[in-house]
This record gives sequence, C-alpha cells and structure tokens, in this order.
Amino acid sequence: MRRGLTLLALAALPVAVLAVFFVLPVSGMLARGFVVDGVLDPGAVLEVLGRERVHRVLWFTVWSATVATALSVLLGLPAAFALHRLDFPLRRVVRAALLVPFVLPTVVVGIAFRQLLGEAGPLAFLGLDGSPVAIVAGLVFFNVAVVIRGVGAAWESLDPRPGEAAAALGASPLQVLRTVTLPALRPAIVSSASVVFLFCATAFGVVLTLGGLRYSSVETEIYLLTTNLLDLQAAAALSILQLVAVTALLLVAARLRAVPDPTLARVVPRPRRPRRGDLPQLGATALLLVVVAAPVAVLVSGSLRVDDAWSLGNYRALRTPGEGGALLVPVTDALLTSLRTAVDATWMSLTLGLLVAVVVTRGSRGRAERRVRAALDGFFMLPLGVSAVTLGFGFLITLDSPPLDLRDSPLLVPVAQALVALPLVVRTIAPVLGGVDDRQRQAAASLGAGAWRTVLTVDLPVVWRPLLAAAGFAFAVSLGEFGATSFLAREESPTLPVVIYRLIGSPGAMNYGMALAASVVLAAATAGVMLAVERLRVPSLGAL
Amino acid sequence: MRRARALTVLTTAVVLGLTPACSLVGSGDDDPTAADTGGAGSSTGAGGTEGATGDGSEVVLVTHESFFLPQKVERAFEQQSGYDLVVRASGDAGSLTNRLVLTQDSPTGDVAFGVDNTFASRALEEGVFAPYAFDAPAGVSDYAVPGDDEQALTAVDNGNVCVNVDETWFAERELEPPASLDDLTDPAYRDLLVVPGATTSSPGLAFLLATIAEYGEDWPDYWADLMDNGAKLVDGWSDAYQTDFTQGGGSGDRPVVVSYDSSPAFTLADDGTSTTRALLDTCFQQVEYVGVLAGAENVAGAEALVRFMTGPEVQAALPESMYVFPVVEGTELPADWAQHAERPTDPYEVDPAEIATERATWLQEWTDVVTR
Repeated sequence: MRRGLTLLALAALPVAVLAVFFVLPVSGMLARGFVVDGVLDPGAVLEVLGRERVHRVLWFTVWSATVATALSVLLGLPAAFALHRLDFPLRRVVRAALLVPFVLPTVVVGIAFRQLLGEAGPLAFLGLDGSPVAIVAGLVFFNVAVVIRGVGAAWESLDPRPGEAAAALGASPLQVLRTVTLPALRPAIVSSASVVFLFCATAFGVVLTLGGLRYSSVETEIYLLTTNLLDLQAAAALSILQLVAVTALLLVAARLRAVPDPTLARVVPRPRRPRRGDLPQLGATALLLVVVAAPVAVLVSGSLRVDDAWSLGNYRALRTPGEGGALLVPVTDALLTSLRTAVDATWMSLTLGLLVAVVVTRGSRGRAERRVRAALDGFFMLPLGVSAVTLGFGFLITLDSPPLDLRDSPLLVPVAQALVALPLVVRTIAPVLGGVDDRQRQAAASLGAGAWRTVLTVDLPVVWRPLLAAAGFAFAVSLGEFGATSFLAREESPTLPVVIYRLIGSPGAMNYGMALAASVVLAAATAGVMLAVERLRVPSLGAL
Repeated sequence: MRRARALTVLTTAVVLGLTPACSLVGSGDDDPTAADTGGAGSSTGAGGTEGATGDGSEVVLVTHESFFLPQKVERAFEQQSGYDLVVRASGDAGSLTNRLVLTQDSPTGDVAFGVDNTFASRALEEGVFAPYAFDAPAGVSDYAVPGDDEQALTAVDNGNVCVNVDETWFAERELEPPASLDDLTDPAYRDLLVVPGATTSSPGLAFLLATIAEYGEDWPDYWADLMDNGAKLVDGWSDAYQTDFTQGGGSGDRPVVVSYDSSPAFTLADDGTSTTRALLDTCFQQVEYVGVLAGAENVAGAEALVRFMTGPEVQAALPESMYVFPVVEGTELPADWAQHAERPTDPYEVDPAEIATERATWLQEWTDVVTR
C-alpha cells in the first residue's frame, strides 16, 4: 500500500504536467477531426487511412527513419567508445563539438547541406541534392550526437572487469565486444536508438529542405493538412497513425531494453590511453568529425564573407537589428533570451525527468505494478512522437479558459521545450538508475540511513554523470528548438533560432550573412555550455 | 565522507548558480513591455488624432511571423490611441488564417493582420472577422476582397510574386533573358529556374496561381513541361533565393527565380544599378489585410489599429519593414524602391472564392505533377 502511494506521489507531478500540456491539447485537436458539425464521424477519419498517398507517406517515413537510426547507431558507437573510454588530448572539445549539429536550426543546416551538395557545391558530383540519401544524411547529422551521448554515458560507468576476464580467457577484442560489452550496453543502445528513431520519424525541415519537396513524411503531411488546408480529419487520421506507430515502437523497445541483470558496477574505470587496437574506433570518430564538420565549416566560412571578402562584419552586425531593421531586437538580445529560456527548460525537464526515471526504474512487486511503471515509461516518450503543429494548435484551442488560461503565458515556451527534452532526459538517466542494485539501498537503509541519505549515497553518485549529460541535452534541445517555439514565441522576446529564421527569410546580403553568423554563435554557445557542463564532472565521484 | 560533502557543495553551487538566471518565468513580461508602457501609459488621451478613447488597456494583434513594424511606429499608435499594443506573431499566412478559424469561439486577440487574398475567402466564410466600415484613405478600397461588402477586411499592403532574372548572368552569356511564363519551358532556358514549393511557401502558391490564371485547366501540362525543362523545386523562398539563385546570399547557380517585384531593390551593384529584374508579365498580386476579430474584447482598440494600419506612419514604413508596397495612394517609397522596384500594371488574378474552394484540389494535383 505504502509503495503504491509513494509511486503515486512521485508520478503525480510529471503526469499532471503531461496531462495539461500534452494530452489535453492533442486530444483537443483529434476531437476536432473526429467530430464534424457536432457529430462523431470516425468513418471519415478511417477513410483517410485508406488513401494511397497516405500509404506512400507512411512507408517513406518508416524506411527513412529506420535507415537513419541504424546509421546513427553504427557511426555513433565507435565514437561513444573513443570519446568516453579513451583518454586523448582535446577529447572533451571533440565531444562538445559533436553535439553542435543537434542544436543548429534546421533551416540553417538545410542551407549548409545544400551549399555542399547542391549544383554549385563542392560535392555536386555526388548528385545527392534533393535525393533521399541527402535526407538520411541530414537526419544522421542531427542525431548521431544522441547516440554518442546516451551510449557514452552508460559506457563510461560500465565495469571493465568482465571484459578483461573474457580477454584473459582468450576472447578476441571482437568477441569481447559481441559477447560482453554490447549485451551490457543494450539498454542504453536501445534507449538512444528509439529516441533517434522518434526524432527522425518526426523530422520536418530536413525532409522538405533536403528532399526538394519530392518526399513527404507523416510529419510534413500533418503540417500541410493543418496549417494550409485545415483538413483536420486527415490530420487527425495521420496523428492517430503517428501515435499508434510510436506506441508500438516503444513496446518493442521496452522488450529489447530489458536485460536479465542490469546491475551496474560501482567501479568506474578511468579512461585509458589509446592503444593500437583502438585505431578503428579513433578512425571512425575522426571520420564522423569530418562529416559533421563539413557543413559547419560551410557555415563558418559563409559567415566570414562580406561582399566577397573576408570580414568580421557579419558578427559586428549582430549587435544591430539587421539591414533595414529586419529585427525588433539585436541578435545579442535574442541569445540572452535563448539562454534564459534554456535554463528554465532545463530545470523543468530535469525535475520531471528525474521523477519519471525514479518511478519507472524502482523494482516492482507484482505484475500489475510493473505494468503501471512500464506504461508510465512509454507515456513520457509520447511527446516526441506527436507533430509540433498538432501540439501548437492544440494549445490554442484547449488552454484558453480558466483555470488553464495559459496560451499566452510566457511559460509555454520553456514548458514546450522541456516536454521535447523530457524523453531524452529520462532515457539518459533511467538506464543507469535502473542498473543500481536495490540491495544496496536496502543495505544503506538497514545501516540506518534515511531516505534522503540513501539517495545521496547510493543513487546520486551513479546518476551524477548521466544527470549532467541529460542537463546538457535538455539545454541543447532548448537552445535549438524551433518548431514549437516559433509557434509560441512572442514577438518582443524571440529566441535565437526564431531570429535566425527571420534573418534568412529577409532580403539583403547582410541579413543572410548575419543569419550565418548568428548560427555560428548559437553553435559556439552550445559547445561552450557543453564544455562547461563537462568541466563540472567530478572524476572520482563514481568511486564513492 | 569528504566527497559526499564536496558533492553537496557542488550541487548547491549549481542550483544557486542557476536560480538567478531562471528569470524568464518571472520577468518575461517586464523587460520589453516596460519600456513601451512607460511611453504609452502616461500619454493616455494626449491629443490623439483619432480621438483617444483608450484607457491604457491592451489591444492584442494576432499576426504572422513576417509582421514587423519599427518600434517608433508602434509607439506612435500607442500614443495616438492610448492603448498598449501587444503583438502575437507566429506561423505564416496560412497558419495564421487557420489559427483564426480554429480559435474563433475564443479569439486569441482583438485584431488580426496578415490574412492575404489567397486565404481571405476562407476567413470571411468562417466569419472570423467583424465588419468595420470606415472612410479609408484613397487606394485602400481598390484592393477590397470581392464580395466583402461589409468591409470585414481592410487592405494594408500589396506585393507581386514575379519571376526574377539575374541580368548580369544573361549579359555575360549574351543570352536574351526569358520574359514570359511560356519562355520558361523553352529549352534555351533549361535548368535555369528555381521555384519555392506551392505547398510549403506563400510565393510558391502565388506562382502556381499565376500559372492557373494564364493556362486555365491546362496548367498541369504547363507544370509538367516546366519540370521537364529542369525547373528546380525547393522548400521555401529563402532556399530558392538565398541558396540557388545566382544573386542570392549563397553561391547558387540558377539565374531565374520566383521572388517578388521588390527584390531588385535589394541587389544593387556598386554603380547603383540593380543586377536583377522582375519579369512583369509573370506576376501574381498578393494583398494583405487587417480586420477586427469577431468576439474581440477590445473592439474600439481593434478599430483604432485598423485605421492606424492604413495611416501614413504604417504605410510609409511598410517597404522597409515588411518588404511590401503600401496601398494608400501618394505614399512615398524609399529611394531604392522608387528607382529599382518596377511594378506590373496588369498582374495575374484568381478569384479568392475560387482559391478557397479549389485550393486542396490544386495543391494535390500540383504535388502529383511535380513529384511524378
């Protein structure tokens, strides 16, 4: 009974937040699709699902997201190992740099990619502009950081001794990887992969910009149907499809994630010097760095050009409101707004994420309790699987009357961003928290430690690293978030991505240059924050 | 033990470090608006020309993300009317219209700007706007939505979506630039055109409407020819103009692009001439409207803003803040615009009511043709 109450108390806040800011708006929009002129008409919605075009869109979404996820994992794993288990100069810088793409506004990445791959670009000979390959490359570019971070955090706290034992018994490095390391990392890999899949399947700008409009995903289709055609029935049909697919994915992921004995080692190895055997991983990391750096280099060099000459003019202009006053506030103000919003979004998503992670990872007694926890686990992933447009319009039509008269509240932006970051936070913390042997807590309790004391001495030391990683993630998500923010941002206080979007959409060479410069600043700010977060790490804490 | 304490200290430090920065929740409202209200709140009733009836309360403008007016102009409104202006800008014209339709039972503001002639009929049919007839300055009524007899929508600005050409590019190759929609399917201009998508951008839709006005029911054939002739389709205006167009910000290699009649004013060479030209026989006219929302809380304030939008301050500021032309006759244009932004005399038109009924079919058919 008491366990049930504790579960309820811990889950109450996150569930309430999600109910108000996710379930209510989304069901509001779905209801508009299902109810036509006051009559429930599910037939019309179902009819949409039979359309040939819908099948095509669904198929494209599934295969492009699957391929992009697989590639992200394949490229991300060696890098996760190299950057989290090996010790070499500048590895922190590389680690921070690889997270940069994750926050760049899609519109800017689109431009960078198209300048590389486009007809006039250095890689034009590949003929990739407007092809599905370009879309998949764009998706991988954005999401590989999720794998590196998510898996890297788990890899860091992996006990090296079983692997060493296997090696001593004659296993080759590949055998060790296959039979010892990968199985132990499976929860983290599956967690990261499912998040990446959700990001890819709901990608919006990348599909349109890099696919040359030849390809539609479920997400772009919902956007078109909702904002352009106001065909709410079709939009509702696709949203349902999205929700069902996401739920199915989460169920599969939950199965794959479960390992017989997820207990984490308390002995965390120090990162070691690279050996000859590490060359493949280091090579793969270097390759990844080049792939990620190329579009960013295009951005940086573009931002340094004024009238066909090298100049810092675009950066100096960031303190102005742009050519012909294209902006209401200088870019520097927008950066401050972005940072402030990101701090809010970070603490919100960390608070919620921690509560959720604790709820879903505590050992369950009985099947019913386990089911409830698993359901909650999936519930908090759902926001990633729903179109930002559906959510945005949903806010407008459901949060419009007291006591929930929130649609004009300045809180909405950080809350929306926190919801987007929440699954990442949970998926980063939960695998590690789930690996804590409950017997340790019991031992602490029997030695007289109170609840807080137990958390402080048993859980916190292990969760500390992933918690920081999650904080960095949440911060980065918030800095780069555009979809929901552009829907909600109020004109007087736009965030940096909103400003960049506006600059790039304004005529005038200076505005274009400023947009690139502002993107570089956004990227640099992110990398800076990431580095600072890494500095906060206390190396010996894990051995507490 | 020592480590546990270090941890606590560190956690506390982080929490303390973050707390002062968490100011958005509390202060999102103060910074920007404080400056504004300082001027407007104190000047209530200070000799506004339109009869300052405001009592310092708010008038909320709902608009799209391209909306922009200089702060000076917004202050002028606040001083003349006595209302504080609150701007809620997000999404494009389509998204704005549909937002208004969805929220018409409890509107998110008092007045809306940015519904254009391609979405006007839909908004009028749904009864989003309340009639507000007043003596608008000369020129405004020329752009009225056909059938809007009660004057629910008031025209504020207009602009034309036209095919633009890079004259220097054609001069270098001693090639005559294209001049008409027909020319664009001429093999001589193969692989030269870049177009923003009709489903994803408002200039893209305008260009589609131009071809529908020109070719009637045969427009899908024209588009098939256009695509066969190597037209490049991209997401939005910035993709087309900034990335693929030869005179854009990037290093594009296509010298023909769908853009606006005002674009040549932004591509001036050192000698003061423009390197680009709008093809005046390929233009579709876009008109943007303002209107009082049905169910507005502050009707008087909304009406004051509608009048103000057709007033001299806003009309003169339109070119440089929103890149569109004023509708009021006799409004002076910026020098670059007067000199370089040539305007079509007889742009293509499609009845807004027809756009409203056919939009979905056209876009569906267009998507099929261009992705074939």
